[in-house]
Amino acid sequence: MSISLSHLTKRYGKDAVVDDVTVEIPESSLTAVLGPSGSGKSTLLKLIAGLERPDEGRVIIEGDDVTDVDPRHRDIGFCFQHYAPFRHMNVARNIGFGLRVRKQPKDVIDAKVAELIELVRLDGKAKSYPAQLSGGERQRMALARALAIEPRVLLLDEPFGALDALVRTELRQWVKELHQQIKVTTILVTHDQDEAMEVADQLLIMHDGRIEQAGEPTELYERPATEFVHGFLGPTTLFKGVSVRPHDLELVAPSEGAIEGTVQSVMELGFEVQVTVALSDGSTPWVQMSRNEFRTLTVDVDSPISVRERAHH
Amino acid sequence: MNHTTRKWSLRLVVILYLGLLVGLPVGYLFIKAFSSGFHAFWIEVTKPNALAALRLSGEVALIAVPVNTVVGIGAALLLAKRKFFGSRALQLAFDIPVAVSPIIIGVSLVLAYSRIGWFGSWLASNGIQILFSPIGIVMATMAISLPYVLRSVLPVLIEVGKDQEDAARTLGAGPFRTFWQVTLPAIRWGVLYGVTLTIARTLGEFGAVLVVSGNITGKTQTLPIYIFDAWDQNFDTVGAFAGALVLASISIVALIILSTLRARERKLHVDLA
Repeated sequence: MSISLSHLTKRYGKDAVVDDVTVEIPESSLTAVLGPSGSGKSTLLKLIAGLERPDEGRVIIEGDDVTDVDPRHRDIGFCFQHYAPFRHMNVARNIGFGLRVRKQPKDVIDAKVAELIELVRLDGKAKSYPAQLSGGERQRMALARALAIEPRVLLLDEPFGALDALVRTELRQWVKELHQQIKVTTILVTHDQDEAMEVADQLLIMHDGRIEQAGEPTELYERPATEFVHGFLGPTTLFKGVSVRPHDLELVAPSEGAIEGTVQSVMELGFEVQVTVALSDGSTPWVQMSRNEFRTLTVDVDSPISVRERAHH
Repeated sequence: MNHTTRKWSLRLVVILYLGLLVGLPVGYLFIKAFSSGFHAFWIEVTKPNALAALRLSGEVALIAVPVNTVVGIGAALLLAKRKFFGSRALQLAFDIPVAVSPIIIGVSLVLAYSRIGWFGSWLASNGIQILFSPIGIVMATMAISLPYVLRSVLPVLIEVGKDQEDAARTLGAGPFRTFWQVTLPAIRWGVLYGVTLTIARTLGEFGAVLVVSGNITGKTQTLPIYIFDAWDQNFDTVGAFAGALVLASISIVALIILSTLRARERKLHVDLA
């Protein structure tokens, strides 16, 4: 289901945490709201869910204006940052909560819960309590609980924030696959640009309560509309007074008519190598390249070198 | 001093301290209560006035504990959600009864509800007597045991946060279901702890109750006052010890039940994590 937000504003005192946000979120998309902490992205999610009330603006889900509808009647699946499990209920009871609220017959609930437990790969954990689960398992239980009510929209607040690196990568991939399987319109909030780029098919960049840019990840990466988006979506470095991507620069031998300088430092990060160069104009851009590329250059600290922009094929 | 000696001398100090303050007196109470045999103890606790006192204490607790539990949970819910105008004043009002001496609570109740007080004289002209009656005892008892549930529930409620309640809301639950199925189970240990303290305080209160009750034997005597009377007025030491033993046992049993339940709960939910 599509979501459209129109002039949505939320103030705490005088500060607008969400400031006049107008955006369309396409049906069946997996949209990442990306922004630094304090940019208002979590508040935006709570406004959509109805857990916060906007001071101005409307929230429209598939044509229905739900701005004045209580969250319990919005049919929205919400996953909290720390999962908010019901600690005194086991996994099956947690997942079945929304179905019991809806007064479904017991056999329908049991069948649905069993199906969801399989979907989120918590087989054999039905009788476990949240305290007995790992972080990733709790996250998947929270997802199943939200999905049980067959929500019109799924909202995930920093879904991978509290997990360790390995589990996080695994779960990201899984969420992406799950979304392809069930196709429910999903919005996830994150401060991690890699995560957003990897998982989402739509990006929404937030800064100081406002939407900086919205669109597909590659489009935003290649054609950032603002300096903020450019800086936030990937690494940048200053070259000839302009902010550029370090992988759009290359190192060449000093004779080829580019600005001259010397290698200041070399940082090898496995496959990737970062070379910082001190140029004759006083700037110190860094250049990103592959390990193989670096090997063919045969340069070291203090080697004379030149920098130029890569020719785009 | 090496580590082991230090550890054991520390333990010895704690054991000695607790022994002198709690173990020895309470242990001695047991011995004294049964010093003339179990039969004598039984005769003492089944005396009509002793039974009347036990019954009155029980009835007072039966009213004061549930009322204070509901009021305490309600106030905690109100204070945990957000700060509002007067929220600090409300917290202060809850704490006053335990911050001042119980005798002051008793005396101020007498002032307000006796015939000299304007409210008391109005009540008297309508035929309602609060002082020297069980109503006054219940009021004094509720006042001095007011903050225990609030004080044990509020920190738990703040720590639990509102995420679980919000989750229940997004899943379609109304306020009633959310309270009974999500909030209350999440704070139940705070509630039980507060209730246990309230029971202990309710049964044990002496000063405030003495002032408002008028100490009419067999009518407005609660168990602590009966014990005091037996000891101070009637030189009935076995009776005093027997009553004291009954009173102490009730509170100790309540504490044991609470800690046992809690240990079992921990084993189920935390140790396996």
